[in-house]
Amino acid sequence: MSDPTATPTGRTALLDVAKVQKTYTGQGRTVEAVRDLTFSVGNGELVCIVGPSGAGKTTLLKVIAGLLEPTSGTVTLDGTQVTGPPPSMAVVFQEYGRSLFPWMTVEQNVELPLKQKKMAKERRAELVRDALEAVGLAEAHSAYPWQLSGGMQQRVAIARAVAYQPQVLLMDEPFAAVDAQTRADLEDLIRSLWHKLGVTILFVTHDIDESVYLGERVLVLSSSPTVIMEDLTIDLPDERNQLDTRSSPRFAELRHHVYEQIQLAKHRRGGEPAPAGATGASAATTPA
Amino acid sequence: MQTVLRWGRSLFVALALPVVLVTLWWVLSAGSTNYYSPPLQTILTTFGEVWFGPRLVDDVLPSVTRLVIGYAGAVVLGVGLGILLGANRTLRRLTEPVLEFFRAIPPPALIPILFLFAGIGDTAKIIVIVFGAIWPVLLNTVEGVRAVDEVLSDTSRSYGVSGWARMRHLVLPSASPQIIAGMRQALSISIILMVISELFGSFNGLGFAIIQFQRSFAIPEMWSGILLLGILGFVMSLLFALFERRSLRWYHGLRRSQRGEK
Ligand SMILES: Nc1ncnc2c1ncn2[C@@H]1O[C@H](COP(=O)(O)OP(=O)(O)OP(=O)(O)O)[C@@H](O)[C@H]1O
Ligand SMILES: [Mg+2]
Repeated sequence: MSDPTATPTGRTALLDVAKVQKTYTGQGRTVEAVRDLTFSVGNGELVCIVGPSGAGKTTLLKVIAGLLEPTSGTVTLDGTQVTGPPPSMAVVFQEYGRSLFPWMTVEQNVELPLKQKKMAKERRAELVRDALEAVGLAEAHSAYPWQLSGGMQQRVAIARAVAYQPQVLLMDEPFAAVDAQTRADLEDLIRSLWHKLGVTILFVTHDIDESVYLGERVLVLSSSPTVIMEDLTIDLPDERNQLDTRSSPRFAELRHHVYEQIQLAKHRRGGEPAPAGATGASAATTPA
Repeated sequence: MQTVLRWGRSLFVALALPVVLVTLWWVLSAGSTNYYSPPLQTILTTFGEVWFGPRLVDDVLPSVTRLVIGYAGAVVLGVGLGILLGANRTLRRLTEPVLEFFRAIPPPALIPILFLFAGIGDTAKIIVIVFGAIWPVLLNTVEGVRAVDEVLSDTSRSYGVSGWARMRHLVLPSASPQIIAGMRQALSISIILMVISELFGSFNGLGFAIIQFQRSFAIPEMWSGILLLGILGFVMSLLFALFERRSLRWYHGLRRSQRGEK
């Protein structure tokens, strides 16, 4: 990435992650979760991050969200260094069951962040209604989260993030615990919300198909201590649907390529030299 | 119809044993000539005469007032301090030994000292109640505040829920099951201390009246006082159960759904 203002998909950079390293210390145990991550996310881009379990994806997301201080390196959002949670960012956490307030109804959960923004009551009600409608939960507004299924809870968390109108939306394996059909629906929901809102999305997953289907770009992470193995541009058409896109030959190629990288990633850690064929952190390779 | 039946059943279950016990007491004590355990009938007649008279204002009211103030003081102080200590590790470690020491002192033992400083008026009695009842509230609040879920905490931070809003929307509700459990324990401690504080150096109150009756060999009156105390405690815990059901509805629902019941 020699030109710091452009990303591989040719957009101006909004989010810059530079030389981020994170080592957890505590109780006589130190874990170097993330070794050296550098990448940019363009304004309005949808970037997927894939990596093996324990690769430090959640750690990276928390650092970007300003919830965790990196041991070294910086995160810059729109020219300002991130030192705490930026007001223009929303996060959907991996543990959806623990990220909704169980003492609040669905509606109150979605509304709370808006109240913190000191938004007028009518505007809040409107945003809450629209967001719940967008995720197909208009009927469930007065239910409590624990009265809903896992997939519905995760949709509430997504609605809350959407109603917040963030500039950047961070999502940490949001669909890990939902069934295949719901998952496909939610994937399409994310893409349509992204189209509609023009929001920048950073989407963490360990599902290779999902990353290729959703993303404009896929970042493949190595095992912990983590580096970027590959920064892959997904050159599938912008209009995607579950049936045609997933059965297209190009999808199969890309999927195959990412799969290969992940297999390599499992055996390769950040400290080791790149094996032949993989060019490491700076490459934006397109498979033949 | 179904609900009426169910209500009837649970009412029956709740009242069956008390009715049996009262009947037994009534039958076994009827015609009792033992001076110290008069017939229940006599006690009940005396009950009306004694407590629905001037004593209602002279003794019951002061007792209940001190109980309410002392209990409220214990809850407010306990929750306030608990939040402070729960949120601040250094403060917690600094105060822990001292708190453990104070907690170990049985509150009734403080009565003589307090009476020296605060006299035998209401203040000393309220302090005794606060001192005894604060501990379960304080300790439970500390535990509750410390146990705030990490993911919820991160969620709040990233959505800008901080300061007072964090307290109101995250910390307090999340700790409320523990706080309320502590409040329940504190309630029974408060009632006990209300009575005990009135047994020594006092000129009014329920405990004072009971001791006075006992010393003047007004045995049925003494029994009726004890009965009244029982009823007072029962009503208090009933009110508390109502309050708990209302404020922790979400918690019980959450627990049920985690256990897989709907
Ligand atoms: N608070 C912590 N203290 C110490 N070590 C931690 C902490 N959080 C994470 N780690 C370690 O850091 C590494 C990366 O964890 P992280 O949760 O970021 O991985 P992940 O890629 O999100 O995994 P998954 O796909 O399973 O969610 C792991 O080895 C983990 O044990
Ligand atoms: Mg994770």
